[in-house]
Amino acid sequence: MIHHQKVIFLALAVGLAGCASVPDSASLDKFTADIVKASFRDEGIVKASVLDADETNRLCSEADVAGKPLDDATAKRVEALNLKTVKAPPNGKYLGDWKEGEKIAQNGRGLTYTDSAKTVNGGNCYNCHKIDQKEISFGTIGPSLHNYGKLRGVADPSSAEAKPVVEYTWGKIWNSKAYNACSNMPRAGHMGILNAAQIADVMALLLDPKSPVNQ
Amino acid sequence: MRIANKLVVAAVLASSGMVVWAQKNAAVQAIEEYRAMLQDGNPADLFEAKGEGLWKQKRGPKNATLEQCDLGKGPGVVKGVFVELPRFFADTGRVQDLESRLLTCMDTLQGLDAAAIAKTSFGKGEQVNMTALATWIAAESKGMKFALPQAHVKEKTFYEVGKRLFFQRAGPHDFSCASCHGEDDKRIRLQDLPNLTKNPGDGVGVAAWPAYRVSNGQMWGMQQRLNDCYRQQRFPYPGFGSDATIALGVYLGVNSQGSASVAPAIKR
Repeated sequence: MIHHQKVIFLALAVGLAGCASVPDSASLDKFTADIVKASFRDEGIVKASVLDADETNRLCSEADVAGKPLDDATAKRVEALNLKTVKAPPNGKYLGDWKEGEKIAQNGRGLTYTDSAKTVNGGNCYNCHKIDQKEISFGTIGPSLHNYGKLRGVADPSSAEAKPVVEYTWGKIWNSKAYNACSNMPRAGHMGILNAAQIADVMALLLDPKSPVNQ
Repeated sequence: MRIANKLVVAAVLASSGMVVWAQKNAAVQAIEEYRAMLQDGNPADLFEAKGEGLWKQKRGPKNATLEQCDLGKGPGVVKGVFVELPRFFADTGRVQDLESRLLTCMDTLQGLDAAAIAKTSFGKGEQVNMTALATWIAAESKGMKFALPQAHVKEKTFYEVGKRLFFQRAGPHDFSCASCHGEDDKRIRLQDLPNLTKNPGDGVGVAAWPAYRVSNGQMWGMQQRLNDCYRQQRFPYPGFGSDATIALGVYLGVNSQGSASVAPAIKR
């Protein structure tokens, strides 16, 4: 590790011909990538390769560093790219059991280096969203989802009128970046955090008129 | 007995995070109260005392103390060093934080195996001593303001690298540090989240670590704090004292310039 830092700095120094100023942005990106490679290692179920960013994460990280959002054309391209990954429910059922959905929304476990491969992944929903108002321990990073279906006029989720909202919500949970290129929200379906049946249960929590969310 | 009672109260409060047991404001207030109550009996005191003892104790194959260790203000100077770290050290050619610098001193002065210590899990073997040393050294700068040097090109470069690491979205959840710490006035569950892209103020963020964590009864240094953030981000394991953790420390430290350190703090 100690040796590595020296080698990287040496390479930088040579590249800069001895100039004692901070490297340009592209060199810093490269230097950062080298440091990431040297610093992180596989542990438990988490492989170091999960740090290999896809185009979406690469572009959004760069935009965050620059402190300005993606330009409109790039944002639209990234959203289209992500929308393509959304898979409709294999059995055609968009809504499952809201009671199971509540458990998934509460659960923040899974996919850390201290979890096992057998750990059932949670949705982490309450970490960022208000959902059932009886749960006072909710985060505020995302918007409130209390009355989610009610506010959108969903009386019968299987009706033709409800179809656009139902499909949008499925897509948003499956791949949040399909609708907001650099959303803070994970891509639960696309990244394999939740399976289709679990997503259907979370859908029911949000859209089933019987769910406490819509009372 | 008094401390034991407090810890029971604290543990009950700490485990209540997900239970609807009161109105939110009452919950937050109760946590504030128990924190205040613990201020006169922070168990970090015990780690501090142990750390001071370790600094002056002859140890390792070379049977030497750490009293000649240069933490940035010359050999043996402890007061004020913490709020100026991480910084560049000419002898190693590296930017180092407190813990990686201690590792260097344990290696060069005492003959202890730095690589083996870096590989040791937190809370085990020499890592326990490392945490105690870091706690004492941080405590010697309590109340002082962060003033990380940024004159050396490597220090400036590490700030820029740390910024990139802070915004690095990756892993199955696409999380970066900024997912939780990029905006004002946000919470995860009931836990307030400081915005670390700017100065979060006295005793917040880097200015609160090392800290004693009541919920698990453990003393954590900054290395362990960063490691656990990365764990929750679903990232792989950041090596102890690795350049990524140090660069992040520079970014967070420089953003906190002028804020007072309260370490060792007490946390939920």
